[in-house]
Amino acid sequence: MATRAKKSPARSAQTSAIKAPKPIQFSKDQELEAYRHMLLIRRFEEKAGQLYGMGFIGGFCHLYIGQEAVVTGMQLSLKEGDQVITGYRDHGHMLACGMSPRGVMAELTGRRGGLSKGKGGSMHMFSKEKHFYGGHGIVGAQVSLGTGLAFANRYRDNGNVSLAYFGDGAANQGQVYESFNMASLWKLPVVYIIENNRYAMGTSVSRASAETDFSKRGISFNIPGIQVDGMDVRAVKAAGDEATAWARSGKGPMILEMQTYRYRGHSMSDPAKYRTKDEVQKMRSDHDPIEQVKHRLVENGWSTEDDLKKIDKDVRDIVADAADFAQSDPEPDASELYTDILL
Amino acid sequence: MPVDILMPALSPTMEEGKLSKWLKKEGDKVTSGDVLAEIETDKATMEVEAVDEGTLGKILVPEGTDNVKVNAVIAVLLGDGESADAADAAPAASPAAPTPPDMEEEPAKNVEPEKSAASVPAAPKAEIAADPDIPAGTEMVSTTVREALRDAMAEEMRRDPNVFIMGEEVAEYQGAYKITQGLLDEFGPRRVVDTPITEHGFAGVGVGAAMTGLRPIVEFMTFNFAMQAIDQIINSAAKTLYMSGGQMGAPMVFRGPSGAAARVAAQHSQCYAAWYSHIPGLKVVMPYTAADAKGLLKAAIRDPNPVIFLENEILYGHSFDVPKLDDFVLPIGKARIHKTGKDVTLVSFGIGMNYTVKAEMELAKLGIDAEIIDLRTIRPMDIPTVIESVKKTGRCVTIEEGYPQSSVGTEIATRVMQQAFDYLDAPILTIAGKDVPMPYAANLEKLALPNVQEIVDAVKAVTYTA
Repeated sequence: MATRAKKSPARSAQTSAIKAPKPIQFSKDQELEAYRHMLLIRRFEEKAGQLYGMGFIGGFCHLYIGQEAVVTGMQLSLKEGDQVITGYRDHGHMLACGMSPRGVMAELTGRRGGLSKGKGGSMHMFSKEKHFYGGHGIVGAQVSLGTGLAFANRYRDNGNVSLAYFGDGAANQGQVYESFNMASLWKLPVVYIIENNRYAMGTSVSRASAETDFSKRGISFNIPGIQVDGMDVRAVKAAGDEATAWARSGKGPMILEMQTYRYRGHSMSDPAKYRTKDEVQKMRSDHDPIEQVKHRLVENGWSTEDDLKKIDKDVRDIVADAADFAQSDPEPDASELYTDILL
Repeated sequence: MPVDILMPALSPTMEEGKLSKWLKKEGDKVTSGDVLAEIETDKATMEVEAVDEGTLGKILVPEGTDNVKVNAVIAVLLGDGESADAADAAPAASPAAPTPPDMEEEPAKNVEPEKSAASVPAAPKAEIAADPDIPAGTEMVSTTVREALRDAMAEEMRRDPNVFIMGEEVAEYQGAYKITQGLLDEFGPRRVVDTPITEHGFAGVGVGAAMTGLRPIVEFMTFNFAMQAIDQIINSAAKTLYMSGGQMGAPMVFRGPSGAAARVAAQHSQCYAAWYSHIPGLKVVMPYTAADAKGLLKAAIRDPNPVIFLENEILYGHSFDVPKLDDFVLPIGKARIHKTGKDVTLVSFGIGMNYTVKAEMELAKLGIDAEIIDLRTIRPMDIPTVIESVKKTGRCVTIEEGYPQSSVGTEIATRVMQQAFDYLDAPILTIAGKDVPMPYAANLEKLALPNVQEIVDAVKAVTYTA
């Protein structure tokens, strides 16, 4: 995975594909921060899966397990005021943006303390304060909306960049290309992050996409793209730095194809028969984003197993607290049925 | 403390399943993410992953067990230094346990849903102000609807730097129907933005900009093309305020001509009033006169909600008196009594008013004194004004160009029937376009649209003067 971009001979022939920057070396503090953030997402999602199994979470629940390095690395490249928008697999993005684990979990259980007062659910959460613009359940809609966030940044000339995340499945939607066209035409400060986890629900990339190198998807619009090892948080951060600097400097959008993998099914009720257990197991054992950081922390002598256990415990406590809150917080008052429809 | 491992639900509808296989055995070390077991439902086989770490202490439900209830304890996980004895102390759960033991132990966590089915709260009623008084002696200026719309946008763009307009041909071409004439010159390309032919995309861009607090006016060359954008209008613009618990919404206007022009056939000739009026989270405005077009468009631009502003190509060139005032703003959600009368209530809006006004003159010749209500706003709908009128006349006919099924007229008829049944002296009749795609041929097109005679005949029928 780490070297896949370099192995792709076709890519270098394309003018608008950019060579992936070398993964930058992280300092001890950066490694620890990344470790902590990714672990929080992992443990949070495992707990969400468990609460779903217990019937506390209803409807759809799309877990981010396996893809943690993508949002964690990208978030390290952002400045205050930069916006984030994504699709329905959004819990990790919200935690990475600093939204409260209690608020996210209580929204999953449909309680009044949820970020949307229990009216949005797993796929629809927002935070003006953290510049997180959802959480969208219509595949690809967030790409046009994220382009609109960038339009607003340029309109206000505020120096901010928007990050529009979408999957390899959404990358085939028409409005994505309408948005690419406008963003490039108007030089909007937006970074399009295609989280290629290889499966759009149950359909593998090669069965759904005529061009499977998603970093090339902007070629017709003069949007440069980079293929990134999305399992290595350092590679993500390096690409994120390059793309946000590009967009911020007025050069327009950039596409980052994050090659990543989701360990769990598309949603909780997906038996994942479209891939082998060996494939999943191989990704987990050879490319796990959290294990990579953990390994480096120990290898460099920056952390002992005990130090990391302490972090694990802190993270477990945060998640346990969120889960307790999400189960004990009352449901929304019936009077909320008719609020927030119009201002 | 030992941790109970429960039979998970794979979907909100699953109640039980088969524990087909254990992949770990008692005494095995388990870490988060390890697959513990496989369970089977009628739809699929799924893996149960461990959430907590520890040692699998005791398996309580052997593999091959059918009909294991969701949330039944299937195994116990031991922490460091805990023994299987502790597991023995854990509540032994029958696979058929009706209530999950875990939840019994922690009743506070299992919040009962509100017993609310029988007590759905009433929808709030918004108070809508009356039209502002126009001071005596105010100069009235004959203005086309086209000019009134342009003036409304220009005034609001001067007032609020967050207001901008985007759409196809709105800037350099000066508007496909010349509604944006002169705006580029005054406000420049930053605020008057020509888009590619990309309705779905630029509607989404507009909604995204609005979510940050800008005030976009998104012009559709016609609302027929907004069909490509309807997902962004409904799923993003209309629903975000609710889905975000009130944190952010889309303060914006989607505007453009709707309904039939002339001889442009099926794909370019339909009225969207009823379509958008179905959606909570939207306001839907459809003016007839130039004064209403101006006052309501200014209100729509200032409104903190997404507003669908439906214009009409044929009406663009019609002239009406518009009061010459510095800031003429009308309330959204308020109907206007176009003409008072006592014998029958005619309710219409937009281009439908064209037929209605002509029909009223014919009715006057027959000695029938009709009251005309111009709805102006389709959502929220000013039913009280209609009811008040019907209480007086006892009869009601609605007129619109849209298709007949689930039309604005049928909505009015339903509500009047429910709220003023005792006042009705005749069934409510609804005049609409015919139930056909708009034909091209001139004679067929004419047949497909409502006409004055249909209205006259309907009024004769409900007044029993036929």
